[in-house]
Amino acid sequence: MPNYLSIDTSAHASVALVDYTTGSVIAQKTSPKGNDQTETLASYVRDLLEENNEQGKNLAGIFVGVGPGPFTGLRVGLVAARTFGFVWNVPVYGVMSLHALAERVLRSGEGSGEFVVASDARRKELYWARYDSEGKLLDGPHVSSATELPALPVYGVGAGLYVEELESVGAKPWARSFDWVVDAAHLADRGMDDLLAGKDLSDTAPQYLRESDAQVPAFMKQAKA
Amino acid sequence: MSTTEPIVLGIESSCDETGVGIVRGNRLLANAVSSSMDEHVRFGGVIPEIAARAHLEAFVPTLQSALDTAELTLDDIDAIAVTSGPGLAGALMVGVSAAKALALATGKPLYGINHLVAHVGVGVLEGTILPPTFGALLVSGGHTEILKVTSLTHDVQLLGSTIDDAAGEAYDKTARLLGLGYPGGPAIDKAAKNGDRKAFRFPRGLTLPKFVGNEENPGKHRHNFSFSGLKTAVARCVEHFEANGEEIPVADIAASFQEAVVDVITSKAVRAMQEHGLKTVLLGGGVAANTRLRELLAARCASAGISVVVPPFSLCTDNGGMVAALGAQLVADGVAPSGLDFATDSSQPVTNIVLS
Ligand SMILES: [Zn+2]
Repeated sequence: MPNYLSIDTSAHASVALVDYTTGSVIAQKTSPKGNDQTETLASYVRDLLEENNEQGKNLAGIFVGVGPGPFTGLRVGLVAARTFGFVWNVPVYGVMSLHALAERVLRSGEGSGEFVVASDARRKELYWARYDSEGKLLDGPHVSSATELPALPVYGVGAGLYVEELESVGAKPWARSFDWVVDAAHLADRGMDDLLAGKDLSDTAPQYLRESDAQVPAFMKQAKA
Repeated sequence: MSTTEPIVLGIESSCDETGVGIVRGNRLLANAVSSSMDEHVRFGGVIPEIAARAHLEAFVPTLQSALDTAELTLDDIDAIAVTSGPGLAGALMVGVSAAKALALATGKPLYGINHLVAHVGVGVLEGTILPPTFGALLVSGGHTEILKVTSLTHDVQLLGSTIDDAAGEAYDKTARLLGLGYPGGPAIDKAAKNGDRKAFRFPRGLTLPKFVGNEENPGKHRHNFSFSGLKTAVARCVEHFEANGEEIPVADIAASFQEAVVDVITSKAVRAMQEHGLKTVLLGGGVAANTRLRELLAARCASAGISVVVPPFSLCTDNGGMVAALGAQLVADGVAPSGLDFATDSSQPVTNIVLS
């Protein structure tokens, strides 16, 4: 039976192997750190495949988180997933990374009604998205300060970073979710659902949400004018 | 695998070129390069985030292109080499992550190698015979170094380097001041052809006796470079003409600036070669295309009895072929691969030729 490999590096390096028919997680590994994607990702994938007697070329497909997330880490997973897909000749499916947090909310039974998930965007901002009670994306993904989030329950590691700011605008940061980072297993849950629903996941373009920050130097602008 | 003529695929992403090259021993089979240079033009210099974004999009197509040109499949490859540093951290990470994925997916050994040594390693390609010990002068937008190479795979020493800007950076900044566009190297080289290189006497960095010393008691910066003072001097010169409402003599400033750069580079390089008994110098890096640098280096080396080796220009700029060339030398010498766990090193020293 073929399985799916799932990779997300939008927050931490995270990998999972998921059963093709049942959707159950066969094995997963997530780094405790958010800055070691380049060092750890390839070894994590190797270990996952070896320990489960899986061959890359036999995979049914690869899910990869397309962000949003800090750019450098995000690209590590994207370029790796695309390269695996190229070498093994298996399809690569892009999944918006915040969906992993939304899946976790649904599966944990912690939520009811509309909710928001949030991850760390650094620079005093959050990456966030808004879902209905079934997990359907209503709004987002966005990047903004915590005070711009709607007055709804907020889940994920991002919620724990700005508790006061969120409460000041009527949002409800959910304490039991403050250690939830985006992970590959929950990402695959959403990816499999979307594939079953017939969605096209072939786009693996990164969701940067921010420009490159590059400024045209003042004297170059002068030269143009 | 053939250990004398291994087939090695090399990956380069340390700056704004995404390169994938393939060699068989000392023969170059493919050298695919995708550059994001056009996207940096309006900024007058390389923007690291723009370069990194471009590497992600370019990697798989560039890999495919190299394999097509070489008429090989990944099964034919014996080993993979990738630039692990020095370079822009975010850019390096794209190439290294891709290389690790490629190595894991194909089951081939992976070498994380030094970008500067790869610039020298390219010299073994295309039938060039290098002596056992030689010197190298690397000049580009990212580096300005003098090296002593005793063994490409085991012993490379840094004799001197820039303590501030790279020479190519000085070219870019000066070109911006003169309104000559980006990249600055070719633009200034062209403008300088119509100028008088003696029109202005711009400073030669780190040439005072207190920095240079003598052969017995060398100063701290005997073989080092500095271009920040030169850049400031050019800016003052331009301001002077502007303040007086006079037209800026662009060609004369370009020629005089270029003369200051190549004079100090070539004189220091020749002295370093002589004092280390090196009879051959390899010129590498993108600025190797500069006509005045080649001319003056050739003249001064000829007087000093030093022969100059300049690889074809496409191999002087950043490319995957040079990474593959050094990788093939490492495989042939039986050097152990780096594995999958190494990190990028944006300031990797030349003494660290391959990561372990
Ligand atoms: Zn270079």
